Amino acid sequence: MYESTLLDHYHHPRNTGKLEPADRQHREPNPLCGDVIEVFLKLDADGKVADVAWEGSGCAVSQASMSALSEKLVGKSKVELDAMGVQDIERSLETSINPARLKCATLGLVAVQKALRQEKP
Amino acid sequence: MLDIFAIRKDFPILARQVNGKPLVYLDNGATSQKPLSVLQAMDDFQRNHNANVHRGIYTLSEEATALYEGAREKIRQFINARSVEEIIFTRNATEAINLVALSWARQKLVAGDEVLTTEMEHHSNIVPWQMLAKERGIMLKFVPAKPDLGTLDLGLFETLLTPKTKLVCVGHMSNLLGTVNPVKTFVEKSHAVGAKVLIDGCQAVPHLPVDVQQLGADFYAFSGHKMLGPTGIGVLWARKEILDATEPVLGGGDMIKEVTKVGATWNDLPWKFEAGTPNVVGAIGLGAAVDYLTKVGMENIWQHEQDMATYVLPKLTAIPGVQLFGMQKPSLDRGAIFSIWIDGMHPHDIASIFDEQGIAIRAGHMCSQPMLEVLGKPAAARASFYLYNTQAEADVFLNAIEDAKKVFGV
Repeated sequence: MYESTLLDHYHHPRNTGKLEPADRQHREPNPLCGDVIEVFLKLDADGKVADVAWEGSGCAVSQASMSALSEKLVGKSKVELDAMGVQDIERSLETSINPARLKCATLGLVAVQKALRQEKP
Repeated sequence: MLDIFAIRKDFPILARQVNGKPLVYLDNGATSQKPLSVLQAMDDFQRNHNANVHRGIYTLSEEATALYEGAREKIRQFINARSVEEIIFTRNATEAINLVALSWARQKLVAGDEVLTTEMEHHSNIVPWQMLAKERGIMLKFVPAKPDLGTLDLGLFETLLTPKTKLVCVGHMSNLLGTVNPVKTFVEKSHAVGAKVLIDGCQAVPHLPVDVQQLGADFYAFSGHKMLGPTGIGVLWARKEILDATEPVLGGGDMIKEVTKVGATWNDLPWKFEAGTPNVVGAIGLGAAVDYLTKVGMENIWQHEQDMATYVLPKLTAIPGVQLFGMQKPSLDRGAIFSIWIDGMHPHDIASIFDEQGIAIRAGHMCSQPMLEVLGKPAAARASFYLYNTQAEADVFLNAIEDAKKVFGV
């Protein structure tokens, strides 16, 4: 699981920071381990993701997964993002995620999906 | 000295492989593995003696009752309680503590009374008291821990203890730090102000000799599954005079003497607190576990864990970057529980890398979030040893830390 792509994203996370103001924002904690990811999204006129930033803390799997995901978000619609799952993250990280770590790997994706379900803040 | 290799043969699961490597099971603080004798005792009951207890006027029911009550007597002897009337079967230690909160404490404590617990407690010895405090206007206070020493602050404990204190709750051994707390001192000081004492013995009863009469507390809770028994069975020991003066909380079959449309009278102890068909097979399994532990000898098991700690601690604390929580050196007040933090590696990542090598450890908050807050860390990776763990397994554990550090470049 701890292949070079995952470790590279963990040590050098992409697109971290905040977007202020953001069109959508959501903070998703994992109460099991205390990991947390907060995403900030800007949307274009069609409601597709135009820009993304995120902040978080926690294990390598959750942080690397969000980092890799953040590179795939621009141009995606809510429907497209709702259809994404752990397999997309595994493809981006070029590794397979252990069943015990699925919640870690999808924490960022869940944060993005929940952000898009909200109204403009 | 324990004959560990003979002991290991008694535990079928220890022979299995995980991810292509021999299983190294170091999550005994969460639950222990089960010897064949426990599995066979439960199997034999269900194959050959199964019937409900305390009811039937037929051979099988008499056998089932004798086995169930026989298990209770084994547990009485194991913790040296005065009488089986003081041994109440519960689901686990959590339910035992909740039973005290929902019965004795709910009936005797009033608004303005104080309950003392400690920062070192498992959530199961905190949350029931928070719930009761909220419901009844009781003040819940925490005895602080000294994070650098891994001990409780006895000086502050004494200042927190006042005539308003009605109950003091303390863990016998910390599930996060492995610290053995001076529970006898807690009992003496608490009784001096008229407070009752509840000891969470979940991590102590499996690992060291426990004599409830010698400790002198009022309530003592533990779980069967951490001491070679099955899940779903635990014990509340409480003084008979307290149980006699406490109303039951669960009503139903087996806990009554007589029921009319007007009301009911309660059964004798301990059945007054055991409504409904109990976990008969679980109790029998726990009885067999107690037989096994007694045969090996609790003094021997504790000595083995001291030996493990003596072996592991200097090596573990010498690994650069490893922060060990609690007592850094071997001590009679410390068991073989090792919780660590490594900067740059989340405990879940450590546990995943270990799992790839067949090593089972716990990672997360260990149901000890208040203590982790004191330590200033969100989580920990914990290895907890038991009677069947070997020095070779300790080496596998120590080497795996070095390997994990290489993966993460820390």
